[in-house]
Amino acid sequence: MSAGAGQFRAEVRDWLAAHVPAEPLPSVDTAEGFERHRAWERELADARLAVVSWPPRYGGRGASLLEWLVFEEEYHAAAAPVRVGQNGLFLLAPTLFTHGTAEQRGRLLPPMAHADEIWAQAWSEPDAGSDLAAIRSSAVPAEGGWLLSGTKTWSSRAAFADRAFGLFRTDPSAGRHGGLTYLLFDLRADGVTVRPISQLGGGTGFAEIFLDGVFVPDADVVGAPGDGWRIAMSTASHERGLSLRSPGRFRAAAARLVDLWRRDGDLADGGLRDRVVDAWIGARSYQLHTLATVGRLQAGEPVDASASLGKVFWSELDVALHETAMDLLGPRAELAGLPESDGRWLRDYLFSLAGPIYAGTNEIQRNVIAQRLLGLPR
Amino acid sequence: MTVQETGIPARTAEQDQFAASLHDLLGPGAPDAARRWAAGDRSPGLALWRELAGLGVTGLAVPVRWGGFGATPMDVVVACEELGHHALPGPAAESLAAVPVLLAVLGDDALCERWLPGLASGEVIATLALPPRVPFAVDADVCGLVLLAGTDAVYEGSPGNRHGSLDGGRWLFELSPGRELVRAPAAACARSRALQIGTLASAAQLLGAGEALLEQTVRHARQRVQFGRPVGAFQAVQHRLADVAIGLEFARPLLYAAAIGLGAADPAAARDVSAAKITCADAAHRAARAALQVHGAVGYTQELDLGLWLAKVRALLPAWGTQAEHRALVLEALTADAESAWS
Repeated sequence: MSAGAGQFRAEVRDWLAAHVPAEPLPSVDTAEGFERHRAWERELADARLAVVSWPPRYGGRGASLLEWLVFEEEYHAAAAPVRVGQNGLFLLAPTLFTHGTAEQRGRLLPPMAHADEIWAQAWSEPDAGSDLAAIRSSAVPAEGGWLLSGTKTWSSRAAFADRAFGLFRTDPSAGRHGGLTYLLFDLRADGVTVRPISQLGGGTGFAEIFLDGVFVPDADVVGAPGDGWRIAMSTASHERGLSLRSPGRFRAAAARLVDLWRRDGDLADGGLRDRVVDAWIGARSYQLHTLATVGRLQAGEPVDASASLGKVFWSELDVALHETAMDLLGPRAELAGLPESDGRWLRDYLFSLAGPIYAGTNEIQRNVIAQRLLGLPR
Repeated sequence: MTVQETGIPARTAEQDQFAASLHDLLGPGAPDAARRWAAGDRSPGLALWRELAGLGVTGLAVPVRWGGFGATPMDVVVACEELGHHALPGPAAESLAAVPVLLAVLGDDALCERWLPGLASGEVIATLALPPRVPFAVDADVCGLVLLAGTDAVYEGSPGNRHGSLDGGRWLFELSPGRELVRAPAAACARSRALQIGTLASAAQLLGAGEALLEQTVRHARQRVQFGRPVGAFQAVQHRLADVAIGLEFARPLLYAAAIGLGAADPAAARDVSAAKITCADAAHRAARAALQVHGAVGYTQELDLGLWLAKVRALLPAWGTQAEHRALVLEALTADAESAWS
């Protein structure tokens, strides 16, 4: 690794040591917590650390993917706050870089980087979950744009976010995958109703969105009308693969698990000991695999279909790692307000349980692996 | 070292080409050689070993000074992965990795001169035991050099009782110590280096065998029709094979990173070799169980070659240290110092 990257690591580490709040922020799934996380994003942006891999004109530093991995390692090692902007930063932005226009990038990316606009995703519908192509929400042409109608659900961050991106049916006669269009809309526009949904852990991490004739200008169509499925699938592979689940998160959690074992582990419990070892190895494997993926991307090789391998792996690793921590904590594991660092085990455990479900269930991912990577018949 | 400092855990284009040339060499003849080896006829297997020598495989781990290539552990891993892929019989981890490293680290010029050039050229095949972790010497009867590496000294090994293995490509020999060659402390250091490279080589064979099992099983699942459709169209089969693919995919970077770390004398290399062995063995074992289940009754016969790989995986799984031993080694390294878990 170059000396420049070593310097970058030192800069990130020092900055985080000086700025990460000593007290954890209130939950991002409360109105107050959401705004505190927005303020944190702005601190990051002002230090030009919010989007290190983006070009400087949009608020980044033009950092390499390797440097991005370094940033992520340091970010998670410092136990810095959850990225409230992650839907926009890690899902919409890569789509705009690939499929958006220069005008869209110039208009949308800077406020995204500075958390002036925080984005929610609006993929799923009540009857379109794993079967995403069953989308029924529609967009019909109107003067200068489109009118959206229908219901979106399980929309992450929608309870408090500013804008959302999703797929809408623009040509009902064009088959399941045809006739879908990728559109951006304002969550506070006329005709939008947001109903927060309480999750397993009590927070309102996602919401239902009701749309009734919501106007979207032509400028907020990403890609060509009717080309939404292809564009969304490229976003989905970002979500499944490299960008949403950086290895830093698992590496930090696995190192904390080893600490927990050192402190509380029962040496006679060989089963639990093996699970600690396997969780650490799994986290290291994911980190190394990501590095190999970065190598392939830098060599110009495509990695899209293999993203499903990673999605199943990290989501199952995350559950296994946190189940192991809960078992190590024993009867204290259920306590909601454990002192020191322990409070995060319960919160992160609950979050880990969602992993095998969101971003395409692991069942769907296994279908993709079997059919597209192994070549088994449909 | 951070993973970024160690380097990207992947093969180079040259290593891919090297593996492809081994694949072309072994592809047609290896299964038959393995069957004949099991039946006591070593000639086709030894002929393949001579051809491997012609491609330089036997000289990879031998220093240039003694007629070898002084190649990296990563090169050894690439070769052993391909040997595992073809279920090649014979003492691969021993002769291609552990013995040359043992001799080179011992550093006794007379011993090196006596044996390393022959190992490099392929004239000599070697084997060893490193009790208690490696209690038997594989295929000592075809080897010109048999060593017994104890914790106190390295001896010439004198083969005693012979045992057949679950894997017909391995005949196991009890050894008693013969002439003492080198005493501790040099012996202890060489023994631990030999254990590391041997463990890594066996992990590579396991990964290669697991990959071969997945390929054969996918091929079978596409062709075998039941209920009017290929069995590979059933979701129960698809998901099981997807899990096999995931296991192999995420074992590979651990194997390659351990090899690169060993080559760079990374202090964490011993830990990473153990992690690679655990994960490659688990992935290969999962591949073997799925392969047999998806093949069904015909997989449980000698009519297919599948059993060669099933047996090799089960035999190599606890070879060069059991899963429990390696997990204990990893945990010891992780808990020995607070920083280790972060590197």
